[in-house]
Amino acid sequence: MTNYVFIESRDPFDSRDTHFVEETAIAVKERGHEVTVFLVQNGVLAARERAGRLGRLAEAGVTLLADDVSLRERGIRPEELAPGVHESAIDQLVDAIARENTKTMWH
Amino acid sequence: MKNRTLTLALMDPPYESANSTTALRIISAALAKGINVNVFAYEGAVCLPLKDQAPHANPVKGTTVEDEEHPTTKAFVSSLLALGKDKPLLTWVNCGLCVDERGAANVVEGVRRGSPADFFKMATESTNTLVIPTK
Repeated sequence: MTNYVFIESRDPFDSRDTHFVEETAIAVKERGHEVTVFLVQNGVLAARERAGRLGRLAEAGVTLLADDVSLRERGIRPEELAPGVHESAIDQLVDAIARENTKTMWH
Repeated sequence: MKNRTLTLALMDPPYESANSTTALRIISAALAKGINVNVFAYEGAVCLPLKDQAPHANPVKGTTVEDEEHPTTKAFVSSLLALGKDKPLLTWVNCGLCVDERGAANVVEGVRRGSPADFFKMATESTNTLVIPTK
């Protein structure tokens, strides 16, 4: 098993190719790997429950983290987050990518 | 615990993208955890540690340099290099050809000139590598 970390920095309403990250993360998860999607910068706009964007990832068992600073910069409160999305410090991203046998992709 | 090392490749120039801020936050957090960090600055990112950057006043608002407290990426890079001067170690390499194209050789202390061959070596010897491309 390999650990995969996808860092999504793009606004899903601005960049339709965020769909590629969703599809890839789910496909990798279905193959038995551990998958984390870390939302940062405008990527956290997908983290709001009302955005309705992350349901398939959560259902697939992908770990969903949203950068705390990016959330605060955009006025998104913890209670607005979609089920399965966890507010996270950048330290957690560092912990995730500094593991052995981990592949990291920035989008 | 085995020494861990992260390599980051950066490409965005300063003051253009939130990618730079996030990259600097990642580097800072990694160093705080005792993780060695290699940075390979490519394309516009070679200007991040440019010594000629200067904070400025804002004549539109009538504010002084002191009022503005304008942050410079060269100051951030210098601070990170101070944090990572030994254990953990921060190694910052600017792509030499990118530097020449931009006339960006005057950089803060601790930054060295290199080539993509350095990036290859860094990546092969690291726990993991993160490439942060321009959009």
